[in-house]
Amino acid sequence: MIEIELDGKKVSVVEGSMVMHAADVAGITIPHFCYHKKLSIAANCRMCLVDIEKAPKPMPACATPVIPGMVVRTKSDKAIKAQKSVMEFLLINHPLDCPICDQGGECQLQDLAVGYGAGASRYDEEKRVVFHKNVGPLISMQEMSRCIHCTRCVRFGQELAGAMELGMQNRGEHSEITTFVGQTIDSELSGNMIDICPVGALTSKPFRYAARTWELSRRKSISPHDSTGANLVVQVKANQVLRVLPLENEDVNECWIADRDRFSYEALNSAQRLHTPMIKQGGQWQPVDWNTALGFVADGLKRIQADHGVAGIGALATAHRTVEELHLLAKLVRGLGSESIDFRTRHADFSNAAPAGSAHWLGLPIAALSNLDRALVVGSFLRKDHPLFAQRLRQSVRRGGAVMSLHAVHDDWAMPLAATITAAPAAWAQALAEVAACIATAQGVAAPVELPQDAQPNPDAEAVAQALLSGNHKAVLLGNAAAQHPQASTLLALAQWIGANTGAAVGYLTADANTVGAQWVNALPGAGGLHAGQMLSQPMKALLLLDVEPALDAADAAAARAAMAGSGLIVALTSFKDALVHNADVLLPITPFTETAGTFVNAEGRVQSFHGVVKPAGDSRPAWKVLRVLGNLLGLPGFNHETSEDVRAEALGDLASLPRRLDNRCRVPVSAAVTLPAPVVGLQRLADVPIYATDSLVRHAPSLQLTADARPPMAGLPTALWQQMGMAPGDQVRVTQGTASAVLPARADPTLAANTVRVPAGHAHTAMLGPMFGLISVERA
Amino acid sequence: MSALMVDLSQFQAKGTESCFHDRHITPQILAGLDGSNWRLKDYESRGGYQALRKILGAQANGMTGMTPDQVVAEVKASGLRGRGGAGFPTGLKWSFMPRALPVQKYLVCNSDEGEPGTCKDRDILAYNPHIVIEGMVIAAYAMGISVGYNYIHGEIFSVYERFEEALDEARAAGYLGDNILGSKHRFQLHAFHGFGAYICGEETALLESVEGKKGQPRFKPPFPASYGLYGKPTTINNTETFAAVPWIIRNGGTAYLGCGKPNNGGTKIFSMVGDVERPGNYEVPMGTPFGRILELAGGVKGGRQLKAVIPGGSSAPVLPAHIMMDCTMDYDSIAKAGSMLGSGAVIVMDDTRCMVKSLLRLSYFYMHESCGQCTPCREGTGWLWRLVNRLEHGHGKPEDLALLDSVAESIMGRTICALGDAAAMPVRGMIKHFRDEFVHHLEHKICMVPSYV
Repeated sequence: MIEIELDGKKVSVVEGSMVMHAADVAGITIPHFCYHKKLSIAANCRMCLVDIEKAPKPMPACATPVIPGMVVRTKSDKAIKAQKSVMEFLLINHPLDCPICDQGGECQLQDLAVGYGAGASRYDEEKRVVFHKNVGPLISMQEMSRCIHCTRCVRFGQELAGAMELGMQNRGEHSEITTFVGQTIDSELSGNMIDICPVGALTSKPFRYAARTWELSRRKSISPHDSTGANLVVQVKANQVLRVLPLENEDVNECWIADRDRFSYEALNSAQRLHTPMIKQGGQWQPVDWNTALGFVADGLKRIQADHGVAGIGALATAHRTVEELHLLAKLVRGLGSESIDFRTRHADFSNAAPAGSAHWLGLPIAALSNLDRALVVGSFLRKDHPLFAQRLRQSVRRGGAVMSLHAVHDDWAMPLAATITAAPAAWAQALAEVAACIATAQGVAAPVELPQDAQPNPDAEAVAQALLSGNHKAVLLGNAAAQHPQASTLLALAQWIGANTGAAVGYLTADANTVGAQWVNALPGAGGLHAGQMLSQPMKALLLLDVEPALDAADAAAARAAMAGSGLIVALTSFKDALVHNADVLLPITPFTETAGTFVNAEGRVQSFHGVVKPAGDSRPAWKVLRVLGNLLGLPGFNHETSEDVRAEALGDLASLPRRLDNRCRVPVSAAVTLPAPVVGLQRLADVPIYATDSLVRHAPSLQLTADARPPMAGLPTALWQQMGMAPGDQVRVTQGTASAVLPARADPTLAANTVRVPAGHAHTAMLGPMFGLISVERA
Repeated sequence: MSALMVDLSQFQAKGTESCFHDRHITPQILAGLDGSNWRLKDYESRGGYQALRKILGAQANGMTGMTPDQVVAEVKASGLRGRGGAGFPTGLKWSFMPRALPVQKYLVCNSDEGEPGTCKDRDILAYNPHIVIEGMVIAAYAMGISVGYNYIHGEIFSVYERFEEALDEARAAGYLGDNILGSKHRFQLHAFHGFGAYICGEETALLESVEGKKGQPRFKPPFPASYGLYGKPTTINNTETFAAVPWIIRNGGTAYLGCGKPNNGGTKIFSMVGDVERPGNYEVPMGTPFGRILELAGGVKGGRQLKAVIPGGSSAPVLPAHIMMDCTMDYDSIAKAGSMLGSGAVIVMDDTRCMVKSLLRLSYFYMHESCGQCTPCREGTGWLWRLVNRLEHGHGKPEDLALLDSVAESIMGRTICALGDAAAMPVRGMIKHFRDEFVHHLEHKICMVPSYV
């Protein structure tokens, strides 16, 4: 620790700190623009100039390291004079358009100008005009004359997002922030640049001119998208969500959120919101009141129960819904006597569940991702599936860590990878077994599984093994594709063996905001019940769908559509009237996360409850209330909850015991669990769920749907196949799975494993195709 | 458009502007040059690479030669100060290098001679390139460095090409590469050309440029000696500084110091430019009176009256004739007079020069060359130019003079690099010494110097 004197106060800070850090500790505010605690130091705005004893010139507090006995004055004449002169320079070319600027009221320049600016300008010359830029649907760069060139956005791109999409072009007073030759900003984290811009140069395109900041009430919430559980500030005016910002939580999302968390609110105000219950009569949708709708559903369920028994009754949910909703849905189905309840709609290996009462989870705290020395990521579209986890792993790489990937394709993760193993999906288990075998050889222990006789030594597997054998903080992280994989339990067993023999933590990134919570409330089939794969491939007598769009959310969309077509009573609890539920009989309008209280449990098992921030739209109601009333109408016991807190207490029980219910162990001993699947002949499909196709909210968010990530899906072909088929850019292919087929534009993907064709799922253009990991054939269309 | 075009023919050289004259005083670097004798054999015949042999060649023969410490001590004793402008003691800078640190270290020669008026490094590299190479090999030996770069500004591409040729000669002769002159010393030297940004002459912007990035100065600390090229310890010296080293090693530091004044050792090349009869490079001992060097350059052009001199390149504050005539040409004397020796470009102005117009040209230059990274310089240099522009064109307001001085003061000492100071100092110097001309512009909307002059 080093002690310095700051404005007469003694302050102790760790060696290597800057004066700015010492001021933070001492609670002294030093005005600044370019400095940001999460970014590298640029020292270019010069606003933080302070007076340091024995230094002839004022020094920037952000870039001056503390030395023992240093005497700093932040408010001496010398310091104030320097700060005021910098403020004058910042303002001479800054437009005086605060009254119409979106940043007005939350602008650092405006705030500091009050303290350090003069009442009138001495600058009589013409002001600079900087041309506007169009960089895509999310960020507005319409008034770039406001830019003060702090380069926070540039550094965010380089350091956090991993791609330098913005840069400062030209020189001197012609300097301007822009993209390279008019390109758009496509980062999945781009919205954070709006937050860190200290002025109104980068503003939110969807929010522009919608409200003044002081008109908005700020309410806390939790993101319903990926498993980060990002903390949000939802900003509301006149019962409408108009903006979403990050709520800083160093352990979870730091001060960032993904664009999905930020801009999906547009779906809340969508014209497609379902406002009243609907019943289909004679092929036509009829709006009805809640009594009619719920009575219809209850009667239908009772009749089916009486006529066919409970075996044909089931429920499916997405894990984007709250603990309370999932709990009551499971309770309702079980109250009827059925054990057919599941949320794993995209899974293929249903034997791969956590031990009873427990949940698969991340295996380590989220914050620990930033400090990993070694991370092997298996089967993950990391950057798009988990933008903020990717950001944390990027930080670990910046600190010298090694991130490695085992996958059938290597998308740009915007970070250097230490090693990659490329294998078609059906070969992932063998590839992981090869890593295990290399570790076994190095450790002098028996390998967990016999490799085929003809297996060749794999240098990539050796490189991964060697990396995992060194370093202190290590993890093997199983991605969404590894969880959805037909051999998911084999992959977990091998990962566990590798973890046990290298000291690496083993965990699932977990797909959705409440994947862990859904397991804890046992929204999973019990003995004799049907799992999601069965309910989505065979006609059901009655099916309750909680926010599930089968053709978009199922592992096998073709089978799901066929099953729906043959099903009896289909009740869709949804927020949108255009929800893609084939053959639905009833639509019950439920509220999204902003209009209900609820709880999400994120990947690390953090229980985060939130309140509703606006009133339900139209006649829509929180799903937990709908299910509670439905329970009453069905005459089921134990549906007397008054508040969502009552439901949560029943669903989760003792909160203190929850951490013990996080468990990634295999159900069977590792060695017995592992048998390598036979090699697959023919082309295999690899399906990602694109970042803006994951759930009903992002599917209905117009601005997100305009981004590069939301472009219609293409069929990715490995280079050899591309050449063999004589393809040219712009050509289309017909992809076929069994009797299902689709015509898609094609592209060559040089990082794709041989015998693999990449066809995304979760999109209307591919919602007629078969299994996400099935065989597929390709022909020119 | 045509009004903006410059008639280049009026700037064409007359053949008298050069360093090939015998009006140097005890030259060390420019001695015996005629423009054609730049090759390795010519340099060797002038005693070239003898200093390197003295250090290394003796080692190979089992003799002691000179240790790196002895080399640094000799340079320290010579009183050699950085010839790029700041005048930092070279031996001291070399001793900052963590020689024993087992990491890659770099040596960089700054030949990005962008200071308006300066043309000395161009002549050294064009007509005596091996003296720089020898100096760099010696410096690399003294600091335990194995890789070096010479950053030559892009406007003199032919000089860059010549330096590459000289490098080839030196490599072929074993003066560069592994086991130089049979010793264990190895040094790879590469030429690197810039693209014409003045700011890349600032040492950390130069490093950024070598790394392939936009040339923008880094804030300091950390200094290049600890975090330089590619983040590794780096020493950067000016071309002329390296060129002075072989003489020091051959003749000893004390002898070098004896050439100049105490604390101002050796000779210095001055680029005599502006209104002189014989513009060119003049190598004279430090401490030579200004009047003497003006005389060498043939006096003021056309026998006119000397009005003012910018003694150290365009960044230095201007000095009026009467102050300048009392100065000797060395760091301390010029600093005492309120300016700086800088890069050694002596811009001589006769009585036909309007100081407001001259300042306008300088201010335009700094506005144009500001990198735009930090606020005071990005915003302030343009403000300065606009104020001077109004004054010059008769649109000045009475409060503008005070404002001009105040804006310049606001820039000074508050920027990342010295370009802010360089833009501000000429302004303040001009106003200090030639205030009456500015007031005349204000009051009469016209030059004090009649247009017919």
